[in-house]
This record gives sequence, structure tokens and C-alpha cells, in this order.
Amino acid sequence: MTTLSIDHVSRWFGNVVAVNDITMTIGPGVTGLLGPNGAGKSTLINMMGGFLAPSTGSVTLDGAVIWRNEQVYRQIGIVPEREAMYDFLTAREFVIANAELHGLANPGEAARKALATVEMEYAQDRKVATYSKGMRQRVKMASALVHEPDVLLLDEPFNGMDPRQRLQLMDLLRQMGADGRTVLFSSHILEEVEQLASHIEVVVAGRHAASGDFRKIRRLMTDRPHRYRTVQRRPGAGLGADRGRVDGGHRAGLAGEGAAHPGDRLRRLHRAAAARRPRARHPALHGLAVG
Amino acid sequence: MSTVSAVYNPTVARLTYKALLGRRRALILFALPVLLILISVAVRLLTGADDSTASSILGGFALATMVPLIGVVAGTGAIGPEIDDGSIVYLLAKPLKRPSIIFTKLVVAIGVSVVFSAVPTIVAGFILNGNSQQMAFAFGAAAAAASVAYSAVFLLLGVITRQAVVFGLVYALVWESLIGSLVPGARTLSVQQWALALAQKIAGDGAGVSSDVGLPMAVVLLVGVTVAGTWFAGQKLRTLVLAGEE
Repeated sequence: MTTLSIDHVSRWFGNVVAVNDITMTIGPGVTGLLGPNGAGKSTLINMMGGFLAPSTGSVTLDGAVIWRNEQVYRQIGIVPEREAMYDFLTAREFVIANAELHGLANPGEAARKALATVEMEYAQDRKVATYSKGMRQRVKMASALVHEPDVLLLDEPFNGMDPRQRLQLMDLLRQMGADGRTVLFSSHILEEVEQLASHIEVVVAGRHAASGDFRKIRRLMTDRPHRYRTVQRRPGAGLGADRGRVDGGHRAGLAGEGAAHPGDRLRRLHRAAAARRPRARHPALHGLAVG
Repeated sequence: MSTVSAVYNPTVARLTYKALLGRRRALILFALPVLLILISVAVRLLTGADDSTASSILGGFALATMVPLIGVVAGTGAIGPEIDDGSIVYLLAKPLKRPSIIFTKLVVAIGVSVVFSAVPTIVAGFILNGNSQQMAFAFGAAAAAASVAYSAVFLLLGVITRQAVVFGLVYALVWESLIGSLVPGARTLSVQQWALALAQKIAGDGAGVSSDVGLPMAVVLLVGVTVAGTWFAGQKLRTLVLAGEE
């Protein structure tokens, strides 16, 4: 069990407050850090990765302070957002170098395994400089996985990936979460987070806006209502249309395939409308612009 | 982990060497020594062996211009580009003591500086006057000593500022040459003068080598600047902020 704890953390740069009194705990499984660009996600990840000191509050890994504590990197793997790597190396050389820097007993074998995990063996002897963005992302993943960390931090990992690469990486992260590792990734795209994360932390304008599973978060969002699909078993037995319009023009439909009786459907429609009433912990959520 | 590998990391060294010698601006590392050798050959062929000519070329071009420029390239280049592009994260996100990263990079920068400045200076000395008055060794030793101090100073600049090359060039060319020639007091705060004190000690009296700083003081300053610069760079790297783009 590895847990990242962020306790009343703020971080400011000059007069700009990037992170404002955030408290959250990230445990095993896949957690998505969701928020619009500039919300403070990277600042948070940088603090969790030990690259930035919190102005106030504490960031700890199983109780150990992360800032200025290089021993935490035995447990943490980091996939940075920035593209730059040692481009003059091949992927194999790069991942072996990372394994050596971790002081692993058998860097060659660890690198082989990590490159196999991200399916980059076919291009491992080409220079990183020749890689596409998605390939670079996978090599960054391999370098972060080479010491089999308990915690994986990924800053906007899906940026620039094509759909196939995106699905591959999602599968890999899901697997890591299922293995009991603590995986945290940031994204400003709701659908990415929704597909992958079992738990979501929403950050808006430097504040912790919501926390929970994605259905709960989505219900809080006024601009992304749930859609309900109706299945009409008998033509004409529904409400006259597959999708009713309720509540100020937002679309809602009827839930579930077993909604056989029009009365049931109506009740469900009401519930769907009620479910969409914003219950934000913080007013800024109303302005959340994701996706 | 042995004591040596705790302060010197061979992997960091390998990455630093490859980065330094692979980048385009490293061409200057090759160009300047080649220029020195060509000048030396031309002067020797045209004017024959002459101690004062040798002294002015080794002191005026090799020690005053080539050594600091190579120091700037090697010192800042050993770490600056990695901090600029963010790839330093792959070194920092490891269970390595950050001062050991600095120490390793310093060793590499010194190695590269000595190979590309001190060694060509000795070769040029032999070409110019066949090491008469021990001049080749005197200036070679001065170049090596200056390389150590320059590497430490410019490595520190590479850690603390993104304009390390600009500051390095300003120091090397403006401070050491221009201010030093106009303001006599400024010359005592010059790596070049400290190194010249060493050359003065080694070279014969007829070589015409002189420094504004006495040898004991020069050695203290060279060692002090190197140690203090390295220590400070290690501390700065421990708290290096790699903030995102936000």
C-alpha cells in the first residue's frame, strides 16, 4: 500500500497562486487529476514528484516528505510532460541508463522488460531523435517503469498520442492500477479520465473542486449531462420521442433497457433531471471547461 | 555502493560526455584548438622559433581567449542544455545525491576542457619554440589549472541561469580581457591571472611571463573558487525548480 498525501498544500509563484490549500490522498489504483489548462495540475504533480517545494503544507509518500528526498525515487516513477529526452541515445541505451541510475542489479534485463511492456522493442535500437511523439511517450513510460515503482506519476500522458497508442497506454495503466500500484495521471480531457480512472480529483483555478468516481463528478457538471438511451420494445409506447427535453433544454433520455412501462420511464426521466442539479463543493465548478 | 561511485556516477558521466561532444556547438571545442595549432605552425614557418612571439601567442590567444571559451562551452554545456530542455528530470528523479551529479559533471567538464585546451596549448608551445624556457609546459599547466576553475564557475552558471553562455562569454571576453586591461585592480579577480602565476613559476625567467597575483594567493583563489562553485552548484541543484509550463 503506497499512499501519496497532500495536506493543505498551497504553492504560489510571486503574486500568482497556482495551488490553493489543496488536501487529497492518492491511494492504489488509477486516479485521474482533471482540470482545465492552467488549473494547477502540473504544479501539483511537480510537488508530488519532488521538483517543487510547496509554499505551505506538506506532500508526503507513506509519511516521508518528498521534497529534497531523493530516496523516494526508489518508489516513484515519473513520466514528465516535456518532450526532451537524451535524443542522441537509442531507446535501449536511454532505458538502460535510467536503470543504471536507479542502481539496479541487472540494468540490461530491466530495460528489456520495460521496453517489452510498452511494446517498443521493434524500434529500440533507433535514436530517440527519430521517434514520433507517441513513441517518445512510450519510451518515457519504459524509463519510468524500469525500476518497477509502486507509484507512477504521469503529466498529460495522452497528449499527442494517436487513438491506438492511447488505448494501449490506457490498458497498461489499468493493468498497473489492478496490480495495486498507485497511478496518477493528469488530463484536461474529461473523456480520457472517464475511460481510465476509477477515482477522479478535479482541480479548478488552483482549488480542489471535487473528488470521487467519475459518475459522481459528472453529475456535478452542468455542461455535460448524462445521456440516457431508451429502447422501445413496442412502437408508440414511449413518451413520443426517444429523447425527452427537460430542464432548460438539456437533453436527457430514459434509462436502462428494462424500462418497459411508460410510468417507470417518466419517473426515471425525473430522476435523471434531478441528478443533474449541480451540487458543486466549490462554485468554480460551474465554469469548468473541460473537453 | 562504494565511496567513489557515491560521488562520481559513471552513467551521469557517460551521458554528459555524449551530450557535450555530440551537440553542434561543441564544434567550437574542435575549432579553437585547430586554430591555435594552425596559427602556431604558420608563425613558426614564417618567423622561426622566438620566445617572445611564443609567449604572446600562448598567453594572448591560448590562455586569454581559447581556454575561457572552451571553459564556457564545457562548463555550461555539461548541464545547461539539460536544465533548459527539462531532460535533467531523468537524472533528478533518481536516488542519486544531487551534489554527486554536479561533481560528476564537473569532472567531465574539466576532462573535456583539459583535453581541448591544455593539451593543444602544450602542442602549440612545442611547435612555436620547442618548449624553450619550459614555455609549453608552463602555459599547458596554466591552461589546465584555469580549466578546472573555469569549469566549476561555468557549471555553476549553467545551474543558476538560463543565460549561462552569455554571462560566461561576458566574463571570459569582457571582464578578463577588456576590464582587466583598463582597470588594474580587476585583474587580480581573474582566473587568467591566477593561472599565469603558475605559468610564471614554471617558465624560465627569460620567458617574460608575469602575473599580477602571487603564486600562493593564486593557488588559494583557484582552489577556493573551484570548491565554492562546486558546492554552491550542488546546493542549487538540490532545490532546482522544474516547474511546468503553467
